[in-house]
Amino acid sequence: MCVDCGCSAPPRPRVAPLGRRELGAALLGRNDVLAAQLRQRFVAAGLPVVNLLASPGSGKTALVERLGADLGAAGRRVAVIVGDLATDNDARRLQAAGLTAVQITTGQACHLEAAMVARALGALPQPLAALDLLVIENVGNLVCPAAFDLGESLRLVLLSVTEGEDKPLKYPAIFHTADLVVISKLDLLAATGFDLGQARYNIARVAPRARVLEVSARTGEGLAHLGRLLGW
Amino acid sequence: MHELGLMQAVRELALEQARTHGATQIAAITLRIGSLAGVETEALRLAHTVVMAGTAAEGSCLQIEVVPAQFACAPCQQPFAAVQGDCLCPRCGTFSQRLLQGRELELSSLELS
Repeated sequence: MCVDCGCSAPPRPRVAPLGRRELGAALLGRNDVLAAQLRQRFVAAGLPVVNLLASPGSGKTALVERLGADLGAAGRRVAVIVGDLATDNDARRLQAAGLTAVQITTGQACHLEAAMVARALGALPQPLAALDLLVIENVGNLVCPAAFDLGESLRLVLLSVTEGEDKPLKYPAIFHTADLVVISKLDLLAATGFDLGQARYNIARVAPRARVLEVSARTGEGLAHLGRLLGW
Repeated sequence: MHELGLMQAVRELALEQARTHGATQIAAITLRIGSLAGVETEALRLAHTVVMAGTAAEGSCLQIEVVPAQFACAPCQQPFAAVQGDCLCPRCGTFSQRLLQGRELELSSLELS
């Protein structure tokens, strides 16, 4: 007779418990390991690397295009790895502006991971040591990219004046990971009535350690300061 | 966030442990998930059922320990609970610069047999 419920089925062989294993294993451990390897490569090459995070339409590519052009004119060699679900429009646009740009077309993935960046590095025409700055323009998304370390030396979260001052409060996790928060499209400040003071306060509430900068890719305002903060 | 992908990572870690220790079954899985990790516990439970099917972890009991977000407040010398990631200390109004806990994404332990 079955000892569990008294039915007439023969008892199943009891599998002896082997006990509890304490692990404390990080679920994103694989990405973290790859990111650490990337970081080592970047540091060894003396290359500053920026992970650029923002919503779609916030002006990431426009900012990179302008910053890349300004730094390029000053003799700095800037490369960009750009992620999108579909099209290579951004890479083409950046190349047309004179930048080295490699496109990662993710298909369905809504964020970049270290493995994708590692593969894209192989498509750069120059060795890392020949570059002065690498920008990784992440997929436009304020949720998923937050958790994925790409080996960057600086995490930049972009917030445009067309997005509202309370955006940081709505997406605390990603803003909390920022080293630098850049408020973009400053040329539209009057048109949108965006409150810069309120935005800075909200950013401080969720990202108290982040520096905050205001820029316009269109007029160039704030770009020189941004360049200096990125090491140039 | 990516509950399915996270649960696949759990499966890989769990099956590897089972192989290492000669276990035929994974009876229980305990996860530690921070409240600011951006993960939905119900979606994790659904993913668990889907992802563990047909493996030694099928039918395993899933326990999720949710770690509440806490910031350290230097002036108060005491932690406070972070509501929706807000770093403002409710006692003294200073912005905390240090998250103590709340972003965990961990496979805490397994019960093997």
